[in-house]
Amino acid sequence: MITAEQKPLKEIIEYISPYDRILLVGCNECVTVCAAGGRKEVGLLASALNLHSLKQGRTIDIKEITLERQCDPEYVEELVSEIDRADAILSMACGCGVQTIAERYKEKPVFPAVNTKFMGASQSQGIWVERCQGCGDCLLGITGGICPVARCSKHLLNGPCGGTSDGKCEIAPDVDCAWCLIWERLKALGMEKRYEEIMEAKDFRPAGGGGPRKIIREDLSL
Amino acid sequence: MKTQSRLEKVLASGALAVTSEVGPPRGAIPEKVKEKASLIKDHVDAINVTDNQTAMVRMSSWAAGVIIKQMGLDPILQMVTRDRNRLAMQSDIIGAYSMGINTMMCLSGDHVKFGDHPMANGVFDLDSIQLVQAVRKMRDEGKFQGGADIKSPPKMFIGAAANPFADPFELRVMRLAKKIKAGADFIQTQCIFNLDKFEKYMEMVCDRGLDEQVHLLAGITPMKSAGMARYMKNKVPGMDVPDDVIKRMEGVSKEEQPEEGIKIAIESIERLKKVKGVHGFHIMAIEWEEKVPQIVEKAGLFPRPVV
Repeated sequence: MITAEQKPLKEIIEYISPYDRILLVGCNECVTVCAAGGRKEVGLLASALNLHSLKQGRTIDIKEITLERQCDPEYVEELVSEIDRADAILSMACGCGVQTIAERYKEKPVFPAVNTKFMGASQSQGIWVERCQGCGDCLLGITGGICPVARCSKHLLNGPCGGTSDGKCEIAPDVDCAWCLIWERLKALGMEKRYEEIMEAKDFRPAGGGGPRKIIREDLSL
Repeated sequence: MKTQSRLEKVLASGALAVTSEVGPPRGAIPEKVKEKASLIKDHVDAINVTDNQTAMVRMSSWAAGVIIKQMGLDPILQMVTRDRNRLAMQSDIIGAYSMGINTMMCLSGDHVKFGDHPMANGVFDLDSIQLVQAVRKMRDEGKFQGGADIKSPPKMFIGAAANPFADPFELRVMRLAKKIKAGADFIQTQCIFNLDKFEKYMEMVCDRGLDEQVHLLAGITPMKSAGMARYMKNKVPGMDVPDDVIKRMEGVSKEEQPEEGIKIAIESIERLKKVKGVHGFHIMAIEWEEKVPQIVEKAGLFPRPVV
């Protein structure tokens, strides 16, 4: 999923301080799962913003809405009935959601309330870890199911570098060396020989080097 | 001969090669490069010029290399893939070669986290093995990494690094094999303090016949103090300093520790000279270049061969 973390309250307040009527929009997808911008977080942020404005001696009108999926124009359309009563929109979705709203409601300012972080997986309760950088040319089939692009601090395709000790990366003792993990996995699978095959220089076009990426599915498009 | 490299000629002659290094200054101080290179000029075959080592901005490695070349010496252009993409690296290789530099080292480089610009983005468009491949392709096929022909391609003698001590140990020889397969002509190793482990590594290297395919220069670093030994053991990733080395340094007075460090370095060279597959030494005297001549002489590696 796409992970996110709420921005510092101070930054959010700076964005919305010129406005009296705020449409606060959550998303029921990824940001709900990682507890950054779902219905519950929308409620909490609205309370915090209301409390802050009361302390400042003013009142703001915050309308809370959580859409099924903020990166989908079909759901973003649901804001039509609310948009005229708002001076600004505060989005708790990832950057994709914020931009879908900005594109649809061109006359209203929209501000992000979260920082979009990475594509990650849940490691344990309350901990998410980066697992994919969307490089567009998945290598997991030859690296034992562990991604060196996302998990090696230098994105080395022919690791490990000389900085690994006790299976940990040189950058921090709590970061696993991706190449140690890959090696252990190749051994477990009896694929040690694969290690000595040189992985050629990566073509970064599918990774975004060729400009903004797009998927066109002619079988699905109208 | 693949190149005009003096290092290649020395190694081909069968003599034990000696290299050392000069770290460029953190400012426009060409005199500093000349001063450091002058200290070691008669005692080494070639001088590594580090490339923003420890991820700190310094005078560029090719510029400092040109200064050394203009002194009539032989620089080894170090190049890390951390700071430049494949276009920038290839253009620097052509530029350096055009200025007379014919030997280089291909490295990935320390992570930016350790330097003075931790907020910078590490490039790593290629890794060190892919850089070796690219430099070989430029030399042997006369083609850029992207496939186009090069008019008058640069002919570099290609070096790579090996750390026999980083984890996992079992991978280290396989990784060396990979660098050789990519096109490395010579290897400079991480500083060797654990000689027993290094000898075991070299046995494995020779068992696979890799000593026949590459020239391996053993890395030697003289320690200035017991404090430095402890620091290297505990703080430098991938470094193996055995306790008895630290005890030996601690066993003499603070004033005598530099001399003890040099003795250890010389004894290490003497012992490693006998190890099959060791074709020379790379002496990394960190901010202590003035001691290199003494080490080279006392280890019986002086005078340097004329090739």
